[in-house]
Amino acid sequence: MAVGAEAIFGNSIVTTKLNSAISWARESSMWPYVFGTACCAIEFMSAASSKFDISRFGAEVVRFSPRQADLMVVAGTISHKQVPVLRKIYNQMTEPKWVISMGACACSGGFYDNYTTLQGIDSIIPVDVYVAGCPPRPEALLDALLQIQKLQKKEESIIKDRVNKNFKGQLDV
Amino acid sequence: MCSCFEKEFKGLYEKDENGIYLIEKTHIKSMIKCLNERDGFHFLADITAIDYLEFTKPTPTRFAVIYILRDKEFKNVITLKSFIGKDEENLHVESICDIFFSANWAEREVWDQYGIKFLNHPNLKRVLNHKEFKGHPLRRDYPIKQRQACTQTDDLMDEMTSVLSKKGYNSHDDLMFLNLGPAHPASHGTIRNFVALDGETIVGAVSEIGYLHRGFEKSCENHTYNQIIPYTDRLNYCSAILNNTAFAHTVECMLNITIPERAQFIRVITGELYRIIDHLVCLAANLVDMGALTNYWYLYNPREVAYDLLSKLTGARLTNTYVRIGGVAHDLYDGFEEDLKSCIKAIEKGMGDTLSLIEHNKIFHDRTQNVGVVSAKKAINSGFTGPNLRASGVAYDLRKTDPYYFYNSLDFDIAIGSVGDVYDRMMVRFEEIRQSISIINQSMKMLPKGDIIVNDKAVALPKKQNVYNNIEGLMNQFKLIVDGVRVPHKEYYGAIEAGNGELGFFIISDGSGTPYKVKVRPPCFPAMSTLPSILEGGMIADSVVTLASLNIVAGELDR
Repeated sequence: MAVGAEAIFGNSIVTTKLNSAISWARESSMWPYVFGTACCAIEFMSAASSKFDISRFGAEVVRFSPRQADLMVVAGTISHKQVPVLRKIYNQMTEPKWVISMGACACSGGFYDNYTTLQGIDSIIPVDVYVAGCPPRPEALLDALLQIQKLQKKEESIIKDRVNKNFKGQLDV
Repeated sequence: MCSCFEKEFKGLYEKDENGIYLIEKTHIKSMIKCLNERDGFHFLADITAIDYLEFTKPTPTRFAVIYILRDKEFKNVITLKSFIGKDEENLHVESICDIFFSANWAEREVWDQYGIKFLNHPNLKRVLNHKEFKGHPLRRDYPIKQRQACTQTDDLMDEMTSVLSKKGYNSHDDLMFLNLGPAHPASHGTIRNFVALDGETIVGAVSEIGYLHRGFEKSCENHTYNQIIPYTDRLNYCSAILNNTAFAHTVECMLNITIPERAQFIRVITGELYRIIDHLVCLAANLVDMGALTNYWYLYNPREVAYDLLSKLTGARLTNTYVRIGGVAHDLYDGFEEDLKSCIKAIEKGMGDTLSLIEHNKIFHDRTQNVGVVSAKKAINSGFTGPNLRASGVAYDLRKTDPYYFYNSLDFDIAIGSVGDVYDRMMVRFEEIRQSISIINQSMKMLPKGDIIVNDKAVALPKKQNVYNNIEGLMNQFKLIVDGVRVPHKEYYGAIEAGNGELGFFIISDGSGTPYKVKVRPPCFPAMSTLPSILEGGMIADSVVTLASLNIVAGELDR
């Protein structure tokens, strides 16, 4: 038997927590910013196009400005020359923001263990979900998106910043 | 082939066992000038250097510079080599930028990677590595894992100021400066164009590359020949098998082996399929850049059909690693022909739908015709190859001028343009897709039965049955995996026609299973170096379609 507001208004309203309601709205309307540098960016294109259709999960509004996006997909190798650019763009994104590290190179440098390649973007910016593969299949990226949605369900508060302010990357001295 | 050169410089050169002309460093410029002006070697394929520090044979000095040129028919290649400088102070040669425009960035790369100076070079600064980088990574004594952090991006104002002052702009007050890239939707990857605008007109442009430099060449020096094939996949990631083939073909020429006919045809079929995919991606992206998104789906979706076929054949969608030294990894599967047919059908449909939308579309014509024009002379001097060069009206295609595999028995045309603008570059690609479809259809009819890899224990891995059941096979497998395919002492330049043009590999082997040096000649590197001069004087909106029409792929550009 319903109590409180539901008892008065019947089935016409649902009571919930503001956190859950906003997270529920967010999870199906992620706006990705694709930091695509290499082969993985081509697979992102596949994920976004008709066959795999990322819009089934509400993330088809690809933004080209980090200021309008809340999900950064780092797709491809990050060289040391690229590092300041990556960091700057990440910092330009507003809270709340999530990061997917797509592919072996972004996660760990992949098989480019050499003088020019950054060995994993998590030494520069915090990462939420890692996707394995070289490059990962589009389904793997979609799976990562679902993982992000799961994270959003777990989020404690929508008021608090979600990024750990104590995170220190290689360039943050 | 080079009679004037041989007459004029008689006694001043020596031909080594690889057919490379050894010359004195003081003669480099005059010899190249003679070859260019009198013998018709009007195309500079590449410049590179070699560090002989750890080479197994003694050499006069540690460093040598290499120049690779092609003649008027684009058939004959001449390679010049000059040993230079016993010590660091004398490590310099005369620049040849005033003869070949394409030498500009090529020389900058040699300076960046090897620390060899080019005297009288207009702008000798690093091109692939960042500006805070110390040392020269392709020197043999530079440790492969010595990473150097980059804290700031180059503002490029030094280059821009000199570009603008040459054009008479001493004050920058009326100009607006704009970065297109390295993280910009119009940059197609990681390319950076820095432009100075007067209104919407570009008065000065500077390009910066190297944001995707991932040390391909250094990695090659640390892997066996077959281990390098996965690395080649990721050069031009839109056409992996063509890169595989270019590399394997060069190594096979060094080994002096001919691969079985079936393997040759399989390489032709998969290679042409990849040429189509490469062109589809380029065209789709180019059309998106001018706002024609519908065409993107028409052109992109057939690619998914092709990727399904390639996953069935090779196990991967994008990075196939299908080719092996001596042949290919697996034979075609049952039902390949039907899959290929439906794939081609999808491609033809996508192309037809797109063309029906754009072929007689005034907006498309206005956006592309007479935009980003490159004359034939400039294209050759700048080192353009592939569809970009053919759009300027030069019928150079390695499949015709220097046929490999069975291209001389296949019936196909070279598509050429007449103006060299964005329109021509796009339409040449559309026509090449048609020609490639025809090549695939002919090859499927001619496809012989037989082996798919050479029957040579020193090159090809033994059958798994032998590896598991007898010691000889096991040892064979072990030796080939651990030591790699041993390639005899040789310095060789080999090239094939890849999706973007002449994709060449200059390989030096020291008799072991690991190459001593690998230098790639990526077809879009010279095109990219020419881009600023094409953009200047044009509109900012045109710069986006011009860049896209050159099909710059960062993976092979920056390596």
